[in-house]
Amino acid sequence: MFHRESGYYKTSYASDSALYPLPVAKWAVAGFAVLFFVVAPLLVSSYYLTILNLVGIAVVGALGLNILVGLTGQISIGHAAFMSVGAYTAANLATRFDLPFWITLPSGGLMAAAIGIVVGFPSVRIKGLYLAISTLAAQFIIDWFIVHTPAISGGFQASIQVPRPSIFGVVLDTQRELYLFILVTVVIAIVVALNIARSRVGRAFIAIRDQDIAAEILGINVRRYKLMAFAISSFYAGVAGVLYTYYSGVANNEFFPLVVSIDYLAMVIIGGMGSVLGAIFGATFVTLLPITIDLIMSSLGPYLIADAGSLSGIKSHMRLILFGGLIMFFLVVEPEGLNRLWLNIRSYFRVWPFSY
Amino acid sequence: MPKASTAGDVTLSVTGVSKYFGGVRAVDDVSVDIPKGDIFAIIGPNGAGKTSLVNMISGFYTPNTGSIVFQGEDITERRPNERAERGIARTFQNIALFAGMNVLENLMLGRHVHMKTNLLKSCLYWGPNQKEEVRHRARCEEIIDFLKLNDLRKQSTGALAYGFQKRVELGRALALEPTLLLLDEPMAGMNAEEKEDMARYILDVNEQLGTTIILIEHDMGVVMDISTHIAVLDQGMKIAEGTPAEVQADPAVIKAYLGTTH
Repeated sequence: MFHRESGYYKTSYASDSALYPLPVAKWAVAGFAVLFFVVAPLLVSSYYLTILNLVGIAVVGALGLNILVGLTGQISIGHAAFMSVGAYTAANLATRFDLPFWITLPSGGLMAAAIGIVVGFPSVRIKGLYLAISTLAAQFIIDWFIVHTPAISGGFQASIQVPRPSIFGVVLDTQRELYLFILVTVVIAIVVALNIARSRVGRAFIAIRDQDIAAEILGINVRRYKLMAFAISSFYAGVAGVLYTYYSGVANNEFFPLVVSIDYLAMVIIGGMGSVLGAIFGATFVTLLPITIDLIMSSLGPYLIADAGSLSGIKSHMRLILFGGLIMFFLVVEPEGLNRLWLNIRSYFRVWPFSY
Repeated sequence: MPKASTAGDVTLSVTGVSKYFGGVRAVDDVSVDIPKGDIFAIIGPNGAGKTSLVNMISGFYTPNTGSIVFQGEDITERRPNERAERGIARTFQNIALFAGMNVLENLMLGRHVHMKTNLLKSCLYWGPNQKEEVRHRARCEEIIDFLKLNDLRKQSTGALAYGFQKRVELGRALALEPTLLLLDEPMAGMNAEEKEDMARYILDVNEQLGTTIILIEHDMGVVMDISTHIAVLDQGMKIAEGTPAEVQADPAVIKAYLGTTH
């Protein structure tokens, strides 16, 4: 049960850079695949599946932002705006032209990527806080533009009803079916993110993050790769926006305010910058935290505070306080994020019962 | 000043290059021809303009006047990454490794210009991308063997000892398979033993790979031992050029380094 590798037995360079360096990882992934693809849809109730769907959408979005912020070291506070772009692109294609999801999903991503490149242009010249502010501006400009262009937003209230996606004539209208749809997208998103991170393009991103001058001297076209990072990140955001639209059945700009951009930034930071697993951890954590706090407050609250009116008031505030507090706690205890925490636990058990 | 060699086998030709920062003339009308296969040292007191000159050769500064011709092509206006594609590599005075990556990944970045995988192929990884990765990994392993970095392959470069960091940086530049290698103080801060190792590596690179090397170094013992030609800068101007023996005997050099008796 506890036996682990006793040495280094790789005999080819290809196996050395495989996604799962250890056989046990392969089994773990297989286990998770069975859990998420078979067990969860069969056993989990519809309410919890909606939560899993939200987590899945957040994972896609966070993976994208992680490529920009974690790998390339550029900052963006406009991630939600790109989700909005994806959502409205898909909504318009689906309602006006009756296009299926396998066209709307990548189209939403591509449209977001195109706008992401435009928004990324300042990154060629400016860094850090200044870039953050310019992407913040993009968040508001894109949002305003969508809402005030009836041809995109569908006019009044900027809300478009979107038909549920269908595969081979089967309409995915329950949370269970949507869950599988989102899950497949999430798996593809994860695999692509892992592949980018371990190949030429991903290394160039990290090089720009660590030492942009040295990156340039090695022949990396820093401008092009920065814009590429913006494009990939926005593509992911766009896809996440499309997923959210199919999930909720409506494209609405109110789903994608500035707070959501901040949430995604929090996911990447809490999860651990620059790691795919970290982005998954962060997305799960940030999505589940408010729900868990709500759950705890609902079950424990009545025992602590008798008055139902003040309880609901306290509950909403408590959520914010605990959320902020936990983020600070994690950053102080483990600035490298949940991923580092996981690596520490893993290496502890790897050498157990010895200390090193 | 006698030119070191004929124009036919000149790798890099710097002609009348100047760089001004406001009123400061960091480099003032300097011309040097670097012969193919040379170990060409640039020496001079602090602030003489050595690093500024190298920065213009590698493309970080655009000269105010003059031109830089590399293998017959005018690269004065080329960006640093375009010069890398043409075969110019360099190391930095203050080490500029990618601290978040391990030694192997740093070397693989040196292979960047030789690899072709684009974004779409990266997304898939398997297939041609993986084959390319493996092929270039093999080249990096040759460099790892050459520089004796075998144990450190998977170590994060941020945690390496100073001497090893310098060596990895040399390895990263070598992975680019440069025609011209610029070494900005490769031995600064090293002890005698490390310096000897580094000098040996530089000579090996020059002899085995035929790489032309431009070397900035303060340790005169090393410079006189390993370089074939030396240019001396002082206050942005070239005051002497020649073989180590010629330069050592040059009165202008002695004056710049030691001052004159009054």
